[in-house]
Amino acid sequence: MKWARIAAIVFLLTVSAACLLADFVAPASYAHQFRDLPDAPPSRQHLLGTDDLGRDRFSRVLYGTRVSLLLAPAAALLSSLLAAFIGGIAGFAGGWLERCVMAGTDLFLSLPWLFLLITVRALMPLNVSPIISVVITFALLGCLGWAGAARVICADARALARSDFILLARASGSSGFRLLWRHLVPNLKPVLYAQFWISVPVFILTEANLGILGLGVAEPLPSWGSLLRELESFSTVTGQPWQLVPLILFIVVVSSFHLVLTKEELPA
Amino acid sequence: MVRLAPGFGVDEEELDSRLSKESIQALRASHAYDDRLGVFYLDYLNRMAHGDLGNSRTLDRPVSQLVAERLPETLKSVGLGLALGWSLGFLLAVAVVMSRAWYLDLLSSLLVGVLLCLPAAVLALLFVLAQAPVRLLLGLVVFPKIFRYSRNLLARSSSLPHVLTARAKGLGNMRVLLWHILPTATPQLLALAGVSASVAFTAAIPMEALCDIPGIGQLAWKAALGRDVALLINLTMIVTLVTLVANSASDFMGKSFRVSEA
Repeated sequence: MKWARIAAIVFLLTVSAACLLADFVAPASYAHQFRDLPDAPPSRQHLLGTDDLGRDRFSRVLYGTRVSLLLAPAAALLSSLLAAFIGGIAGFAGGWLERCVMAGTDLFLSLPWLFLLITVRALMPLNVSPIISVVITFALLGCLGWAGAARVICADARALARSDFILLARASGSSGFRLLWRHLVPNLKPVLYAQFWISVPVFILTEANLGILGLGVAEPLPSWGSLLRELESFSTVTGQPWQLVPLILFIVVVSSFHLVLTKEELPA
Repeated sequence: MVRLAPGFGVDEEELDSRLSKESIQALRASHAYDDRLGVFYLDYLNRMAHGDLGNSRTLDRPVSQLVAERLPETLKSVGLGLALGWSLGFLLAVAVVMSRAWYLDLLSSLLVGVLLCLPAAVLALLFVLAQAPVRLLLGLVVFPKIFRYSRNLLARSSSLPHVLTARAKGLGNMRVLLWHILPTATPQLLALAGVSASVAFTAAIPMEALCDIPGIGQLAWKAALGRDVALLINLTMIVTLVTLVANSASDFMGKSFRVSEA
C-alpha cells in the first residue's frame, strides 16, 4: 500500500497547490456572474460550465476546495492542540484530576456530534458575512472535536507518566512544566500527528453536511458543502453530469486523506 | 454557553421598524429569563419531571407534543438502519475473514472506502435523485463502520493461536467461527452496538431534513434554522439520553457475556 500512500500525498499536494494558486489558475472570481450564460455547458472558457447564477463552476470548485482544504486542517490543528492540552495534563497528573476530566470528556462524547454542532451553530448569528460564517463553522469544528482525541492522548500520557525515562527525569530533578514540555510532549507527537490526520477528513465531511443543510459557509463564498448543495436540483444533474465533478473530487480528496494514514493510525 | 452567545434573549422581530417601543418592551418581557442560573435549572428540572419541556418558539407548540409526534418516526428509521447496517456489515466481514479471498477483501474495501467518504447529506440527495427508499439510507451510513470494525476484530481473533490450532485439527469454517472466533470478538462487537446507535441518530438529521421525513432530525434542523435554542437543547438531551441508554445496554451485555464466558 506504500504506492497508494505516495499517490495520495502527491494528489493532495497537487490539489492544494492548484487551490492556493486559485487567484492565478481560476478563469474568474468565484462570485463573478456571467449573466448572459446561466447554466452553460462546459466550454473552453468555462471548463465545468456555469451554475444557475452564471458563475464559473471551475473557479468555484477551486476556491471552495481552498476554503475546505485550508480550514479543515486549521480546525484539526485547533482540536488536536485542545486535546493535547486537556488529555495530556489529565493523563500526566492522574488521580482525581484525570477522573474528573475523563468523566467530562465521556459526557461530551455521549452528545451526538451533529446535534451538538447544529445546537451550538444556532447559538451563533446565522446572518453574517461569508468570511465570518467560514470562521464560525471551522472554529466550532475545532472547539467541539477534541473529545475523542483527548481520550487517546490521556491514555498515552498516563502510560508515559509511569515509564522509566520519566522516573529517571524526576530522579534527576525535573518537575512540573519542564517534565511536561521536555519529556512528555515530544513523546506524544506521533499520537498527536495521527489524531490530526484522523480529524481532517472528519471535519471536511462535517462541513459538507452543515453546508448542504444551509448551516455552514454563507453564499457567495463557496465551500464543498455549498458546491455539493447543487445536487439538490435533481432534474438538472441528470442532464448535466459535469455537475458531479465536485462530488468526485470530494470523494477522491477524502479517500486520499484516509490513505495518508497508515493502517496502524486508522481508528478501528 | 447559551446565555453567553451573541443575541441570547433577543428576538429577530425586535428589528421590525414598524414596532413601537412598548411592543418591543412587551416582546422582551415575554422572553425574559431568570438571571439566577440555579433557580433557572431547578425550575427547568421541576417542569421536566412533570413532562413539561417548554414551548417551541418557532412552532409555538409544546416541545413534549412535538417529540411525541416525531420520535417514533426517527426510532423507526434508526431501528431499520441499524438492522440493515449490522446485517450487511457483519455478514460481509464474516465472509471476507472466513473466505480469505483477496478479491472479496479488495472489492468490499473499495465499497466501504467510497461510502466512508460520502457525507450523509450527499447520500440523502443521491437517494432522492435515484428515487430509492430513503429509510434504507441510515443502513448505508452505519454499514461501512460496522464492516471495518468487525473485519479488523474478526481478523485479529482468527489469527489467535487457539483458532490456528482448531483449524490445524481440521475443524470446519462454521465451527471455528461459532466456537472460537465469535466468543473472543463478541464483547467488543457489543460495545460497537451502542456507538452505532449514536452514528445512526447523527445521520438522521440530514436524512430527514433532505428527504422530508417528519422525525426529530428534521425538527432539529428547522429549530437550528429558526434559532429555536430551547427546542434544540431539549432534542439534543433526548437523543443523548437514548444513545446513553443504548451504550449502557451494550456495556451491560458485554460485561454479562464476559462473566458467563469466565
